[in-house]
Amino acid sequence: MLHDRDRIFTNLYGLHDWGLAGARRRGAWDGTKALLEKGRDGIINEIKASGLRGRGGAGFPTGLKWSFMPKQSDGRPCYLVVNADESEPGTCKDREILRHDPHLLIEGCLVAGFAMGAQAGYIYVRGEFIRERERLQAAIDQAYEARLIGKNNIHGFDFDLYVHHGAGAYICGEETALLESLEGKKGMPRLKPPFPANVGLYGCPTTVNNVESIAVGPTILRRGAAWFSSIGRPNNTGTKLFCISGHVEKPCNVEEEMGIPLRELIERHAGGVRGGWDNLLAVIPGGSSVRCLPASLCDDLPMDFDSLMKLKSGLGTAAVIVMDKSTDIVRAIARIAYFYRHESCGQCTPCREGTGWMWRVVSRMAEGRAQKHEIDMLLEVSKQVEGHTICALGDAAAWPIQGLITHFRHEIERRIDEYSARAAADLGVRDPADVAVAAE
Amino acid sequence: MAVRRLAPTEKQPKEFAFTAENLDWAKGQIAKYPEGRQASAVIPLLWRAQEQAGGWVPQKAIEHVADVLSMPYIRVLEVATFYTMFNLEPVGKHHVQLCGTTPCVLRGADALKKVCHDKIGHEHHVSPDGTFSWVEVECLGACVNAPMAQINYDYYEDLTPENFAKLLDDLAAGRPVKTGPQIDRQFSAPVGGPITLTGHVGDGQPDAGAPAPAQEPALADADAKRPGEAANVREEGVPKPPVGVGARGRRTTRRE
Repeated sequence: MLHDRDRIFTNLYGLHDWGLAGARRRGAWDGTKALLEKGRDGIINEIKASGLRGRGGAGFPTGLKWSFMPKQSDGRPCYLVVNADESEPGTCKDREILRHDPHLLIEGCLVAGFAMGAQAGYIYVRGEFIRERERLQAAIDQAYEARLIGKNNIHGFDFDLYVHHGAGAYICGEETALLESLEGKKGMPRLKPPFPANVGLYGCPTTVNNVESIAVGPTILRRGAAWFSSIGRPNNTGTKLFCISGHVEKPCNVEEEMGIPLRELIERHAGGVRGGWDNLLAVIPGGSSVRCLPASLCDDLPMDFDSLMKLKSGLGTAAVIVMDKSTDIVRAIARIAYFYRHESCGQCTPCREGTGWMWRVVSRMAEGRAQKHEIDMLLEVSKQVEGHTICALGDAAAWPIQGLITHFRHEIERRIDEYSARAAADLGVRDPADVAVAAE
Repeated sequence: MAVRRLAPTEKQPKEFAFTAENLDWAKGQIAKYPEGRQASAVIPLLWRAQEQAGGWVPQKAIEHVADVLSMPYIRVLEVATFYTMFNLEPVGKHHVQLCGTTPCVLRGADALKKVCHDKIGHEHHVSPDGTFSWVEVECLGACVNAPMAQINYDYYEDLTPENFAKLLDDLAAGRPVKTGPQIDRQFSAPVGGPITLTGHVGDGQPDAGAPAPAQEPALADADAKRPGEAANVREEGVPKPPVGVGARGRRTTRRE
């Protein structure tokens, strides 16, 4: 288990003062000027060496992302945009940073902004986080007042930081949709290329990072890349905030080592699966958009990007949704399919039409009111949505359904059998498939 | 995609304009964005318009925001209909947004839906006395405190049908209510108290409650580096060579 001394978010549970004085006691804003004196390349190299991978879901190396920003300005300003539009079902980690450790994020913004030569930063907070936004704004006001950020601050790097907010659109968590929304438009993703590092916010070079990726930056620089990379497993280093929800005894957020076995994570921190480990049915390991895993794969499952990728699932945002044997798994996935139907922005046809179609079919399957060949058809359609849209929402809608069919096909088939048996017994209605055969 | 339309004409007020105070506030918002990019402020302004109009966005408010931001009406209409937190029809004094996505369903959100049906009535309808309206929304991002609901600005977490019904009764009666977890729980820590981060954090002093000293002067950077102040001073820490001027006396940990 990770030691408390290696935890970055020491006020995760809000037991201490969130303000500047409290944050300083916990080590924030300590020698920030010295961090900036490492220089742009120094900071980026240190972050690269630490092996930090983006905490927003895709796991792209953060240092590498920062290095894409132009070294020489062509006259356009550069922007840092922080993605605090945390809406992935199961995920509630950034909220804790915003309301309990906002100064880590603000300091991270200054450091990251310096490393990429940004003049200003915008933090895009999801609309529902109203109190969190107020807290973050209060912390930013404190930082301005103490001249930690802003014009002529004590760090000698002019950097303005603003809070912006959305109004309830999941799609704005996609980086280019977020930029569109920040420009005052509907949150519809842009085609890439050009990538935001070249043409981003207002047509200027922009980097979009997750809250957690930015907030861990200063601590990594202070304690050294070697410290961070000594935690976790190769290529999956450092600590990570895990959100454990669903059928566990004590759902909670916890900062743990990357690569911690799933079972240890659940049993040590969340009080175990409701009814014991043997009562586990399935786990969605990284927020609703990754494929679920049945209990048989969960025994020695390291929670990191690469291990989960091998199982065709993913670490995503490290939001572990646990489902015990009382769960109606088909209905649970159908509800996720409804979520994507609701949140599709409507720009690309495969996603706009496909999410609704998949939801309708999988809902019928939850009742058993379907035919077995439709399972393959559903899989086929999900493959046609996946990878055929501008952004990853199409993929995210397809994966839970693919996971369901891969691991719980027998459950869908059982329901179909039961439904047809019941229909035949109750009403004398025959399976349409039989009728078709009889007609031939 | 949800189909969202403006409220019918008979519900629409005849006119809408920001109060002087809100207009000032709007100017402050517009100033956050570079010149000529005032459209960026459309969501904050619509939000404020929704607050001023009593919880929903009438057509005239959309047009007024467009005028303030020099945007075509259609662009603001697009935004108002795209983002689901803009209510296009009147809502109750307490607008309940109940999370109905899978993590909340696993913990019993369906039972809460029934409470809403019983206490408030149909979804999307304002209760006859105008106190409540409710709507099922997608994930609100408090999944470890599931099931939960947002009522106006606040999150109410760890709900059960019983404490949710009581919460609604208290709100209706105007009694003070507790926001956040409705059970004995420290935010997102496990029930029964945190099992991590239990040691003293910071300067080695117990940080019980730690009220923020309001009168504290703004510290210069050097002041924050008094020995023992930094959280990353560890007894077994291996001293790291200074990284630059101003880093004197600072020790750091390197876990080998």
